[in-house]
Amino acid sequence: MELITPGLGLIFWMTLAFLFLVFVLGKYAWKPILQMLRERETSIHEALNSANQAREEMKQLKFSNEQLLQEAKNERDAILNEARKIRDRLFEEARIKAGEEASRIVEGAKASIHNEKMAAMTELKNQIAESSLTLAKFILQRELSDPQKQEEYVQELLKEVKFN
Amino acid sequence: MTAYKSHLPVRRFLVFCLVILALFSGRMFASVQDHTMLVPANDSVSEKFQKPESNPGEKFNAGKMIMEHVLDNHEWHVATIGNLHLTIPLPVILLYDGKLYVFLSSRFHNETHSYQGFKLDPEGPHKDKIFREGANEHLAAAGPALYDFSITKIVFAILLNTFFLFLIFTSVARAYTRNRGKAPSGMQSFLEPLIIFVRDDIAKSSIGEKKYEKFMPFLLTIFFFIIFNNLLGLVPFFPGGANVTGNIAVTLVMAVFTFIITTISGNKHYWVDIVNTPGVPWWLKFPVPLMPIVEIIGIITKPFVLMIRLFANITAGHIIVLGFVSLIFIFGAISAALGLGVSVVSVAFMIFMDLLELLVAFIQAYVFTLLSALYFGLATIEPEHH
Repeated sequence: MELITPGLGLIFWMTLAFLFLVFVLGKYAWKPILQMLRERETSIHEALNSANQAREEMKQLKFSNEQLLQEAKNERDAILNEARKIRDRLFEEARIKAGEEASRIVEGAKASIHNEKMAAMTELKNQIAESSLTLAKFILQRELSDPQKQEEYVQELLKEVKFN
Repeated sequence: MTAYKSHLPVRRFLVFCLVILALFSGRMFASVQDHTMLVPANDSVSEKFQKPESNPGEKFNAGKMIMEHVLDNHEWHVATIGNLHLTIPLPVILLYDGKLYVFLSSRFHNETHSYQGFKLDPEGPHKDKIFREGANEHLAAAGPALYDFSITKIVFAILLNTFFLFLIFTSVARAYTRNRGKAPSGMQSFLEPLIIFVRDDIAKSSIGEKKYEKFMPFLLTIFFFIIFNNLLGLVPFFPGGANVTGNIAVTLVMAVFTFIITTISGNKHYWVDIVNTPGVPWWLKFPVPLMPIVEIIGIITKPFVLMIRLFANITAGHIIVLGFVSLIFIFGAISAALGLGVSVVSVAFMIFMDLLELLVAFIQAYVFTLLSALYFGLATIEPEHH
């Protein structure tokens, strides 16, 4: 019977001690502990979230980087191709132009050579004619009696005449 | 590294269990010492007073010994070394006829067991109760009532454990402020799983995310108060060993707190459901309000069951362990060899029971807290819109 009869003094002291515990621990222990726990949990939660976000962003960034790289590569190839084409065209043009120029120069040279030759020939002809006339004049000035002397004289004259 | 850290609390718990176990072997040892003292005859009066069963002719009374250990006392018997009884006398506080009497219980250590007109009953059905001298020794005393507010063994244990709990948790709270935003350390990491367990698995799951917070101080206090007193009750040495949570007054106070909080925080929905229980045929409510009566009785029986469950579980555990101790002496009285033989079996069973009690200590704290939380949850639940 004693076992199941609650004692008055015990009830009194237990109530006192328990109320003390609830209020004091509630104020000085449970409140800060629960608050810190919550704080830590939210900070962990936030850290995980931001890590996930960062990872997602990295992924996005990597993808766009790759895309940019690919685009740059394509552009480079296009530019190179274009350049190669332009080079080929310029080369071809230059070759053609050079050929034309060369043939033009050759043509010009040929023409001037011909002209020079013709001028020289004319001059030679004139010279020959002039010389012939001079010769004839000298011959005609001398008597034409002695053929032998004539011959000698011609020879002498011929020696004198120099085609300068 | 993290894996190691997460195992730390588990390891600490195992170490803690081992320590408890070691203390139990001590308890058995202490008990053996205690009762071998029953055999030699003692002449001194105070010895006789303290151990009345140590009369040479008297047989070992297991029931008496067990009840003495389970019940409250006006002094704390710490140990018996040889013929020396190490006892802490506790203050007696009496309120009688408007006057307060305060003195140490050792004042009763005389031949008449009385002091200042009060008498401590050393024997009989009201053993260890204090009466007004001359009054009839059966509680129906004539004259003004006597109120006993003494710091008894259990009160002393409650105050001591309250002080310990206060120290432990304020230091843990300081650790939280110190380690703000960092990983827990020391005692903090040992208690944090329990605190989170109470918060998430008891409060949040039974009361709900929105309202659990205002019940947290009570739930955490009651959980740690019960588990701490349960565990200390299993320790056989001085600060432990008092059957605090196995005392009906202690469980009564806790159950009354649960009852008061439930009643105060009960919302309209809660009371309407009690008076007009939904889903019950009308003829159970009118003309004879059978269901309302049952429901109103239920308000009382819920905390009543809380009180009985904790008290019965803890007391039963103590009684069983002490029963195994008694077996040794009962058989020892028949023959020393028999007692020795039985002691092997008894000790094995005692260790088993103590381990079981370790589990019970936790389970009962959990059950009391969980059921309190469930009652709070029932009282504060919002009606579902149909």
